[in-house]
Amino acid sequence: MSWWSRVWHRRRLEHQLHKELQFHVDQYTADLIDRGLDPIEAERRARLEFGGVEQIKEQCRDARGTRWFDDLVLDVRYTLRSLRKRAGFAAVAIGTVALGVGAATVMFTVVNGVLLKPLAYADPSRLVALHEETAYSTQFGNTWAFAYPNYLDCRSDVRALALTAWRVGGGIVSGSGDPEYAPGFQISSNLFAVLGVRLDRGRAFLDEEDRPGGAPVAIISHRLWQRRYAAHPGIIGERLVLDGTSYSIVGVTPDGFQLAGDGDVFTPLGQAPPAQLRNRGLHPGIRVWGRLQVDASLRDAQAQLTVVGRRLAEQYRDSNERRTFVASPLRPDVGNVSSTLWLLFGAVFLVLLIACANVASLLLARAVARHRELTLRAALGAGRGRLFRQCFTESAMLAVIGGALGVLLAAVAVQPFIALWPGELPRAEQVQLDWHVLLFALVLSLVSSVLFGLAPALRAPARQLEHVLRSSGRTVRGSSRALHNAFVVSEVALAIVLLVSAGALGRTLIRLSSLDPGVNRQNVLVTRMALSPATLIDPARTRATWNDVLERARHVPGVQAAAIVDTVPMRPGNNQLGYWTSGNLPPSNQQPIALATSVSKEYAKVMGLSLSAGRFFDEHDGPTSIPVVIIDDVLARTAFSDANPVGRKMWIPNLGEGPFEIVGVVGHVRHWGLASDDQSTVRAQIYYPFAQLPDRFVRRWSELMSIAVRTSVPPLNVVETLRHELRGSTGDQVLYEVRTLDQLASNSLARARFLLMLFGVFAGVALGLACIGIYGVLSFLTNERVPEIGARMAIGANAGQVLRLVVGQSLRVIATGLAAGTLAALAAGRLLEQQIDGMRATEPSTLGAMIAVLVAAAMLATYIPARRASRLDVMTALRQD
Amino acid sequence: MKTDLPQGTLDLLILKIVALGPVHGYAIAQRLQQVSRDVVQVPQGSLYPALHRLENRGLLVADWKDTDRGREAKFYRLTRKGRAQLETESASWQRLSQAVGLILKLSEGAE
Repeated sequence: MSWWSRVWHRRRLEHQLHKELQFHVDQYTADLIDRGLDPIEAERRARLEFGGVEQIKEQCRDARGTRWFDDLVLDVRYTLRSLRKRAGFAAVAIGTVALGVGAATVMFTVVNGVLLKPLAYADPSRLVALHEETAYSTQFGNTWAFAYPNYLDCRSDVRALALTAWRVGGGIVSGSGDPEYAPGFQISSNLFAVLGVRLDRGRAFLDEEDRPGGAPVAIISHRLWQRRYAAHPGIIGERLVLDGTSYSIVGVTPDGFQLAGDGDVFTPLGQAPPAQLRNRGLHPGIRVWGRLQVDASLRDAQAQLTVVGRRLAEQYRDSNERRTFVASPLRPDVGNVSSTLWLLFGAVFLVLLIACANVASLLLARAVARHRELTLRAALGAGRGRLFRQCFTESAMLAVIGGALGVLLAAVAVQPFIALWPGELPRAEQVQLDWHVLLFALVLSLVSSVLFGLAPALRAPARQLEHVLRSSGRTVRGSSRALHNAFVVSEVALAIVLLVSAGALGRTLIRLSSLDPGVNRQNVLVTRMALSPATLIDPARTRATWNDVLERARHVPGVQAAAIVDTVPMRPGNNQLGYWTSGNLPPSNQQPIALATSVSKEYAKVMGLSLSAGRFFDEHDGPTSIPVVIIDDVLARTAFSDANPVGRKMWIPNLGEGPFEIVGVVGHVRHWGLASDDQSTVRAQIYYPFAQLPDRFVRRWSELMSIAVRTSVPPLNVVETLRHELRGSTGDQVLYEVRTLDQLASNSLARARFLLMLFGVFAGVALGLACIGIYGVLSFLTNERVPEIGARMAIGANAGQVLRLVVGQSLRVIATGLAAGTLAALAAGRLLEQQIDGMRATEPSTLGAMIAVLVAAAMLATYIPARRASRLDVMTALRQD
Repeated sequence: MKTDLPQGTLDLLILKIVALGPVHGYAIAQRLQQVSRDVVQVPQGSLYPALHRLENRGLLVADWKDTDRGREAKFYRLTRKGRAQLETESASWQRLSQAVGLILKLSEGAE
């Protein structure tokens, strides 16, 4: 009979055991009667020789090996009964656990989905990402995207890997329906095969389509198919117009397919302009991923890549010298989200610890109250281990019930949490309650139950049973008072860490919000714009179109000024160029770097730049006049120290041969956002007129251009008219990523604001829990001291003295907690300083204010039990014993 | 003279008795007493924990059957595993008792 069936058939086994032993006794009695004994004497002897029936039954039960389980069932029943009897206690304890576990589970669900889950491709552990690495570093570091010829060589020569490549594509989708901007990718024909992704319908690209001159084919996303083509079943073979070129749709990706973010249109990478694909010295943003072949390890792959790298370095010295290829496991790219998540996870963990301390002190108080009951059990023969287990069963049940509620709480709270996330949470679609999360919640609950069950369980009585039974059982032994105080100390300490962190974040946010971004953020609309593809072919025509666009924009009612610009302050995207202040240029990796922005003449007016010297660009700065630039005061200070730089020359080799004349100096603009700009390595800024941009750059720049307009009305009000006015003669020019400058400025603080909000919530919860804990512990301790207080009052203490006695007792404990908490809070402050841009060391005033908040709250929690004690009736108090 | 049973030998004795054919607990107790001519003293009840332990270890199986007197009783039988266990244990018991006997003789001779 297996262990399980022995558990399952417990009742039947009990019955059989009884029957078997009874048979023995009966049979023996009968035999003794046969031998001539008197029936009564016979039964007496049979029983005597058989031994104690109950002891034997117990031994037989032990032999079954299911004893601990039977005990567990008993303990669970007992706990349920006692919890039901003390519903208030149970509700507070379970609610506290649910809150703690629920908050931690929400955070874990997000951490799990965003950071821990593998990529949603087949067998993701076999996927690797490749990059090029040089033995030397430039200002951009030493890792590079791939050159296409290098990719082709690796693909054919590295046997251990099946390689594929992609780069960001996308563009303006037109044809049927309104033209719109669609993100997308250019991909190798084998991309879906390597990732192990099956297309929803249609087919992947063929190898002969993945080369120059191949048939124009495209794959669209499930999303685009649903939205733009209304899930038309005959989609395969339909036309898609992308950036003016007509493609034939051959496939649809499965729902939710992602490649470094969403993509709606996929085209063959091999059809990109041959100039980009043939040049080994160009690194046009191509990413290379691969799948390890069966039997191959990452080490094999790396060894083969090194061999290929060495061969190419010898063969193509110009482009590949000291350049090699490196493979690493493919991981989800989630940017800087992880530090935010881990910070929050840490904060939540502190809340959970406070919750545990609370429940522990509740349980301990109960254990003290039940001390006599437990002692009685010990006296009746319960082993210490058995009592220990019973105490743990109780805390484990509180934890499991609380944990289950916590999981429900988390299930409800996860989606709102994601909705609150500033900007887009990467991999948000992966955030779900799955068995990892359930396992986490279960383990967390059980670990918590150990944390808060340990103290009461260790009190399980073993010695001096008689002494305890005889005493009144009303005295709290010193050790348990010390434990109670320890709980309050830790709660206060943990709460102060969260309070000070929240306070410091709040201070930072206020300081950052009041910083001058260097632009006038009110009433400015910024939007990316795609010109009609037909106009991009000829630079002269492109320039004329931009002029036309600006002219039309200026005439939109409510618009005061309009400009075009390539990189916008506080929006992702920048162009970093090396510069020098004499014609004697050092090598490019030793040149200082500045942020270069291409603008049209009204840009200063639109953005509200402050001109401190010279002039801004005007209509005279054209292709034929001398090249001019405007610099910001940061560059003026670093490159020209005190001298007035207007009229001086500077060299920007990547922008043109000759020197550029500095015609003006403007105030620094916080390009990297309000929070991050001060810490950035590249801050100096150069503005140059789009009108003087060399023809060879015009097309590329025009693909990246945004337009910015200053309005006299709320900026979002002009969007529709602007959109309509700028459609162009062919109706395929679109505005996308429409933002106000104010939104961009405020988004640059979103992370700090989000952290502040959550830390604020956590700190509030922590404060509340700590107050409940202080109140509970103090009520309990004061209650235990009632006879003592009564005696004091009987010999003349007045109400004020009793109040002082109780408050003083509490203050000492709180002060200890504050001391420990302040140290921890300063350490936490250092951590935040490292993780959050713009965060400064915790100011003493913040610390002081938060300590004051906590002390005030703690005093409130102290006052109620203290007041109750001071109003005791002496006679009742003395009689209580 | 009555002797206490050496540790672990009760199991061996039970297995040996059950090996002779299906038998209930009471009969095992009787036979233990008869065969050992009352030398081996086992409190009758303590037989049962041992029987249950052997059953749970899969050395014995039991069925409920009627006795000659028409009462239902639990009859134990040896399993294949039980028989193997009986063989190894009785072999090792014999080796042990021979060795002990030899040692006892030796020390007599040395005197």
